[in-house]
Amino acid sequence: MQELIQQLVNGLSLGAIYALIALGYTMVYGIIKLINFAHGDVMMVGAFVGFFSITLLGTNIAVAMLIAMAVCALLGVIIEKVAYRPLRNSTRIASLITAIGVSLLLEYLTIFLLGPNQKIFPDTAFTVKAYDIAGLSILNKDVFVFVSAVGLMLVLQYIIKYTKTGKAMRAVSLDNEAAILMGISVDKTISTTFAIGSALAAAAGVMVGVYYGAINPLMGIIPGLKAFVAAVLGGIGIIPGAMVGGFVIGLLETLVSGYGNSLYRDAVSFGVLILILLVKPTGLFGKDTGEKV
Amino acid sequence: MLQIKDIDVYYGSIHALKKLYLEVEQGSIVTLIGANGAGKTTTLNTISGILRPRNGTIMYKGTDITKVAPEKIVGLGISQVAEGRRVFSTMTVVENLEMGGYLRRDKKAIQTDMEMVYSRFPRLQERRKQLAGTLSGGEQQMLAIGRALMAQPELMLMDEPSMGLAPLLVKEIFSIIKDINERGTTILLVEQNANMALSIAHKAFVIETGEIVLQGTAEQLLKSEDVKKAYLRC
Ligand SMILES: Nc1ncnc2c1ncn2[C@@H]1O[C@H](COP(=O)(O)OP(=O)(O)OP(=O)(O)O)[C@@H](O)[C@H]1O
Ligand SMILES: [Mg+2]
Repeated sequence: MQELIQQLVNGLSLGAIYALIALGYTMVYGIIKLINFAHGDVMMVGAFVGFFSITLLGTNIAVAMLIAMAVCALLGVIIEKVAYRPLRNSTRIASLITAIGVSLLLEYLTIFLLGPNQKIFPDTAFTVKAYDIAGLSILNKDVFVFVSAVGLMLVLQYIIKYTKTGKAMRAVSLDNEAAILMGISVDKTISTTFAIGSALAAAAGVMVGVYYGAINPLMGIIPGLKAFVAAVLGGIGIIPGAMVGGFVIGLLETLVSGYGNSLYRDAVSFGVLILILLVKPTGLFGKDTGEKV
Repeated sequence: MLQIKDIDVYYGSIHALKKLYLEVEQGSIVTLIGANGAGKTTTLNTISGILRPRNGTIMYKGTDITKVAPEKIVGLGISQVAEGRRVFSTMTVVENLEMGGYLRRDKKAIQTDMEMVYSRFPRLQERRKQLAGTLSGGEQQMLAIGRALMAQPELMLMDEPSMGLAPLLVKEIFSIIKDINERGTTILLVEQNANMALSIAHKAFVIETGEIVLQGTAEQLLKSEDVKKAYLRC
């Protein structure tokens, strides 16, 4: 029992990271029906921005995260404007291929500029300590990741639920033509969505740096795919679904590597994907029935 | 107030509006009637800026709005109650109304207007926390009208507001439209229910396959044999 709780505690921080990344996938899909395969790579860029902010600018981890979020918000807006907007009225497959292109571009541009090797996340920025609480070993890095991720999710929930921008985002994703008739600028709203989603991914990138201690130009691929699975699991386009999906995948993965074999860690997420596509393609929170018209 | 001159609108190679003209005088109710697929919705969406005419001009209060962006057109005072109501289904009634006033900054006046919408549609007030998708068809139509009113329109475009509603509700909606007009909003009303539309309109245009084939005062059209044959079956 003690060990199970310990595993769950370990899984929570990983789940929080997946949830943050999954949110970006789901928000973008909700508004332009595109699986943004470059999203994991935006997370990677965020990790590097955080890394350089700590090593070159000497900032602490919180400031590094904020800088990474700001840079990637801008990056997300640029990617949408340059790569996706011109294709908005073309076929889905065209945008999907473009997304994969953007993904490869970010990965290999980073390799070209910084080299393929991993960089050790400086532990001066974050000294890992373990605390013994009620027989559980709690690492401060897990607490940091979990608390900041949940904090960001609360901020996001607030934005989406209560601000004018958030309501406009929901309106555009529900019916973009009706939203236009309200005077909502669809372009601006889509840009905002990319900015927010990319900022969350950047924060997740810095968290991955803290969590694993090292970063590299291809680090976005696997977590990106797993977060995608999390978004599909929760029901793509549904924000609370992405959060729950992220935690489920994180916890499952930790349990599998804790009790079974860590080699199956990656297989389990993709097993979940196959299962959900077979059993309930709309995801845990998805409705199969249409709305009343 | 609104002059449409000889616009041609295409969907790809489909020529949906052919040299269409239309005029709406300030303060009036003008109705555009026509059968399924005649081009009524296309006309309204072109005025709203969602579709662009290939030729021709649309003048509104003396300025050319043919190439103005749709969100700017709302700001100029033209709002549309779209066909099929198009409420934001998983947003609450209040949120829908807020979206109607999206371009406005005057918080107090927005609040006053929301009270005005509630006094006009008490059902909406009772259900203000409810998701719009769970409202009945009639309530959704009221919400769609209320939402458009939140933009303080000078010209309101209404696309088949009576569609799919029970006769009693249709009557109610039409009396609301008349009332909105009497309080100073000009209305361009698209309808298939020609009887009802002509009973509240001042002027009317008849559209067939993208062309205006008849126009006149509502009385003239009510008497016209052509209109009777084609549109006043009931
Ligand atoms: N998105 C579209 N793509 C292609 N053709 C379209 C599109 N929308 C409408 N059309 C065509 O343009 C013509 C006019 O359509 P429109 O929707 O304006 O008719 P309507 O008078 O509003 O009809 P209804 O009373 O059924 O609403 C029709 O022939 C229709 O098939
Ligand atoms: Mg129509």
